[in-house]
Amino acid sequence: MNAASDQRSGGVAVEVRDLRKRFGTEEVLRGVSFSVDPAEVFVLMGPSGSGKSVLLRHIIGLEEPDAGEIRINGEPVRGPGVLDRYRVAMVFQSAALLNSLTVAENVGLYLSEHRLCPPEEIRRIVSEKLALVGLAGTEDKLPGQLSGGMRKRVAIARALVMEPQLILYDEPTSELDPLSAQVIAEEIVSLRDRIGVTSIVVTHDRALAFGVGDRIGFLNEGRLVAVDRPDRLAGHPDPVLRRFLQAASLQPSQEVRA
Amino acid sequence: MFENLGEMVILLGRTLRSLPLVWRQRRKVFEQFYEIGNASLLMVCMLSFFIGAVVALQTGPVLVDRGLAAAVGGIVGVSICKELAPVMMAILIAGRNGSAMAAEIGSMQVYQEIDALRTMRIDPVHFLVMPRLVALAVALPLLVMVAIMVGWFGGALVAAYNDRIAIGFQAFFENLRDVVALEDVLNGLFKSFVFAWIVGVICCHQGLVTRGGPRGIGRSVTKAVVNSIVLIVVSDYILTRLLLS
Repeated sequence: MNAASDQRSGGVAVEVRDLRKRFGTEEVLRGVSFSVDPAEVFVLMGPSGSGKSVLLRHIIGLEEPDAGEIRINGEPVRGPGVLDRYRVAMVFQSAALLNSLTVAENVGLYLSEHRLCPPEEIRRIVSEKLALVGLAGTEDKLPGQLSGGMRKRVAIARALVMEPQLILYDEPTSELDPLSAQVIAEEIVSLRDRIGVTSIVVTHDRALAFGVGDRIGFLNEGRLVAVDRPDRLAGHPDPVLRRFLQAASLQPSQEVRA
Repeated sequence: MFENLGEMVILLGRTLRSLPLVWRQRRKVFEQFYEIGNASLLMVCMLSFFIGAVVALQTGPVLVDRGLAAAVGGIVGVSICKELAPVMMAILIAGRNGSAMAAEIGSMQVYQEIDALRTMRIDPVHFLVMPRLVALAVALPLLVMVAIMVGWFGGALVAAYNDRIAIGFQAFFENLRDVVALEDVLNGLFKSFVFAWIVGVICCHQGLVTRGGPRGIGRSVTKAVVNSIVLIVVSDYILTRLLLS
């Protein structure tokens, strides 16, 4: 690790207020409110279709809410230049790497398209970020030549190039083997500790949520039914949350036996 | 198609607005240009050769029977350069390259690659659409120029070697030169330039609005090609009226 990667970009505070979103007749978000502190890892858990990913897409401005608002450091996220100023990055569930570009071109895309530094500098930064996620030497490979875990790590490297103050992770460990999932989890915590970035993680993965989360929010049918520290969440009275945590802690074979 | 016309006009406007940045995307423009030319040149030559040949075959005997043998070169020349080459090449490019554009952008949309670009504050119109449209707008008129020449050659060959026509190369091209003016060729090239924007905008737009996985991509490709062909034919009539007046 070098001096550049030791630099703390400083996380931002995020506030979501009474967010509502409807797709056709389906109400996906029903007045969601929560706040995330700077340099906090906030995990959003919940059953499929509960609105977690839609919520992330609102935070990064890919969706427009029907009502409510999101603020980053007190500024509305849809305000002019807010997402640029606070450098919000997202790691997609599918990694969303551009398949026609090499790993290095994917990771350096933000810098090259915005002409933020000369090509040699971009190459140096790309190598540094790839080394940071344990993928040194993969610069010339195409995304199709990488495993699922490696693609996710490239996506994290691509996000890191933006020197983000807020990173959004959408199911970062889905479809990964436990070892790759562990590497991703360590990376999320290490980014918080090393550069103080604020993270919002959407996941089904109980181990990831309880392993990395400073606080965990539980979303069900578009409503945030609980927000608490991991050690307190298990005792929460909400029956859906209790059932979800219980099911998530079972191994598939145990479930079958039960 | 018509419910999306407004969106397509907006996409065209945004593409034209991003044209000053074309030099920054020159590598992508060149890649697309190479892709269009490389993928289509052989097909363009084959198609235009046989179009020229069939026009000569259909009109030649009729004209010869009526003592108008000298008009064969002119009819083949005008019909190919003003009408058949621009329209047929635009349709070919819509099927060959427009479908690929719709499929590529559509799969990027479905697999969140375009969302990823947006999160990096990279405009998909500037990054994906503009290079494709510029490459098409340059490549299609060039392909049409090739098509016109190969089509004329195909017509001349049939006119010379078909027993019912039997007009020599020299007579064919002399008549063609008498009838076809430079303006006629330029009309055809202008049409192809307009068709290039039509095909590009329709196919890129269809890619950008793709929803729903692989089936959605398939639907988008079909719509892109069909809508392109319909609009090529409709706009061909409008352009012909305008150019005639």
